[in-house]
Amino acid sequence: MQSTTLILILLAVMAVAFQLGRRRAFNLPGLSSIRELHSLPIYHGFYAAIWCGIPALLALALWSSFQTPIISQLLMNNLPATLTAGLSEAELGLLLNDIRNLAAGNITSGDISDELVTAADHYNHLQQVGFSSQTGVVFILTLLGATLGWRFISPELRARNKVERLLRWLLLISSTIAILCTAGIIFSVLFESVRFFEMIPLTDFIFGLQWSPQIAIRADQVGSSGAFGAIPLFTGTLLISLIAMLVAVPIGLMAAIYLSEYASPQLRTYAKPLLEILAGIPTVVYGFFAALTVAPMIRNSAAQFGVDASSESALAAGLVMGVMLIPFISSLSDDVINAVPQAMRDASYGLGATRSETILQVVIPAALPGIVGSILLAASRAIGETMIVVMAAGLSANLTANPLDSVTTVTVQIVTLLVGDQEFDSPKTLAAFALGLLLFLITLVLNVVALRVVRKYREAYE
Amino acid sequence: MLAMNNLIEERQQPVSTEFTGTVGDISISNPRMTTRNVDVHYGDKHAIMDVSLDIGRHEVLSLIGPSGCGKSTFLRCLNRMNDTIDICRVTGQIKLDDQDIYDKNLDVVPLRAQVGMVFQKPNPFPKSIYDNIAYGPRIHGLAEDQTELDGIVEGSLHRAGLWDEVKDRLHQPGTGLSGGQQQRLCIARTIAVSPEVILMDEPCSALDPIATAKIEALIDELRQNFTIVIVTHSMQQAARVSQRTAYFHLGRLIEVGQTEDIFTNPQHKLTEDYITGRFG
Repeated sequence: MQSTTLILILLAVMAVAFQLGRRRAFNLPGLSSIRELHSLPIYHGFYAAIWCGIPALLALALWSSFQTPIISQLLMNNLPATLTAGLSEAELGLLLNDIRNLAAGNITSGDISDELVTAADHYNHLQQVGFSSQTGVVFILTLLGATLGWRFISPELRARNKVERLLRWLLLISSTIAILCTAGIIFSVLFESVRFFEMIPLTDFIFGLQWSPQIAIRADQVGSSGAFGAIPLFTGTLLISLIAMLVAVPIGLMAAIYLSEYASPQLRTYAKPLLEILAGIPTVVYGFFAALTVAPMIRNSAAQFGVDASSESALAAGLVMGVMLIPFISSLSDDVINAVPQAMRDASYGLGATRSETILQVVIPAALPGIVGSILLAASRAIGETMIVVMAAGLSANLTANPLDSVTTVTVQIVTLLVGDQEFDSPKTLAAFALGLLLFLITLVLNVVALRVVRKYREAYE
Repeated sequence: MLAMNNLIEERQQPVSTEFTGTVGDISISNPRMTTRNVDVHYGDKHAIMDVSLDIGRHEVLSLIGPSGCGKSTFLRCLNRMNDTIDICRVTGQIKLDDQDIYDKNLDVVPLRAQVGMVFQKPNPFPKSIYDNIAYGPRIHGLAEDQTELDGIVEGSLHRAGLWDEVKDRLHQPGTGLSGGQQQRLCIARTIAVSPEVILMDEPCSALDPIATAKIEALIDELRQNFTIVIVTHSMQQAARVSQRTAYFHLGRLIEVGQTEDIFTNPQHKLTEDYITGRFG
């Protein structure tokens, strides 16, 4: 909280420094025209702001990350031996938490002893000192930076190039953050999965045909022993995604072709946004639609043919999910088809090809990478979609290829595993991470394969 | 002195820049294509005004004129490529061997096979060299089997003077060739469907002089079998490759005649100004 205030103040100071630096560049002594400056005054402004803010911000970041462990250590060393005697590391952590809670005025786990109160006071004191010195350091660095920046500004200063270089660093840091986040997510899932696989063998998980994660929590509880075979879930995901893609790919692709090649410009300006509205509908609403309209419809029409259909079926979820995915495919494919140069079409028409021949043999091959990209995007949406499946396809993990049966998917099971009161170290909870990891690996492989295929068959037109 | 004055009078004979109808003989005996009173509108813009012109068999007709004069538009009327532009409207009569190509009952698809087109910028398909040539024959079903198709591909590449350069890499992408080779590939692709007329829209404007020389030699050879209409900005090129030349100015056909006559003795002031480099 206090650091946030400090950052806001720093940003304000940077804005002031920007203005001052800019002014100074305008009013440098002996300057008759701003043409004599190497860089425009605005760059001098940025330069001053950077000197003023960046060192202080860096110091603040470092300080904040080291303050908590240092204070904890100091606190720990000062605790009376009566409190810490014979405590394990986990219990020490708990004690530390209690002190922090007490200091912040929250509820603690045990009785509040005098020693605890003293420790909390000490903690508060340390925090106070830490924050004051932090503020002091930041203040000094800001002042120092501002002075340096002020002194560096001169007509010869290559502020423009220096700002440019800093911008490059900024971009590099941004992309690094994106990559690190991905790695962080993978590792957090990976470590929990490893804990899961310590309890349930990997082979049972990957090749097991039975999914029934209920296990007895207490010894005297009546419950199944738990079966963690992931295959029914993945076949369910596959079945529903397949149905969805069977709906979305042909319709989306043909809509894209119509919009880009046949529709008049007026129609296109109205039709395209209308189609894209489909993408804006929340999946919960699609879920209602699937569960209340489509699923009964399917059951009734199946009954007319004398076929037995469950009221929650893979078909209902898949169909509605397919509708949801149409705009992903149509909108993106429309864009890439439009990007194919007119010269390609002219060449084909000039040889006496019809419109559909031109589209099939020239335009689509040239637009293939983008089209496959849109299909991939839709497929990963289909695999990751949860809400529609929860509402329309049910929760029972049937191993079936019958689209009229109720099935469940990986994502739905992850949600049900993590919702509700569960011990965090039970296999039931940890199974969610293993499922997540496997799902991630499968989509990764799918993406890599698809990219390979595209690279092989693409027809680059430039 | 008087004689001198007379001479000057004579030299300055084409003085008026006014347009009072096309100068020169627009018609030709036994023409391949005839156009009469062609007008083209792009929306509100009147791009071509009342153009009549015959195109002879086995001749190269070049269309010259400053940018925006309508020569490319006129060219694109000849195989109805203008149909692909929504706002374009063509009136008048254009015939290919006595068949009105703007007739409602005419199928534009075979027409474009009969009147092929080569574009300003080489535009090979992003397919292999072989597939580029085979594209037309395949969609028109010109080859009964693979051997025949191979023959058409080889023959077309031979006639476009490209065979020796590409025979070892027929299955590599056509887009990997140099600019001049790409343009000859496009010409070979056009020849492959055995058209009667080939329209060329500034085919050398994106090429270097050596590649240009090759294409020009090719055009001269192709004249044996095809009628060629070429739009060009290079007057030297028009003089080198064509038998007849038509000069367009602001949507009107100003003058047409034998290429020699147009370049040595233009009748209209606008033509003279253009070919002597006074404008354009």
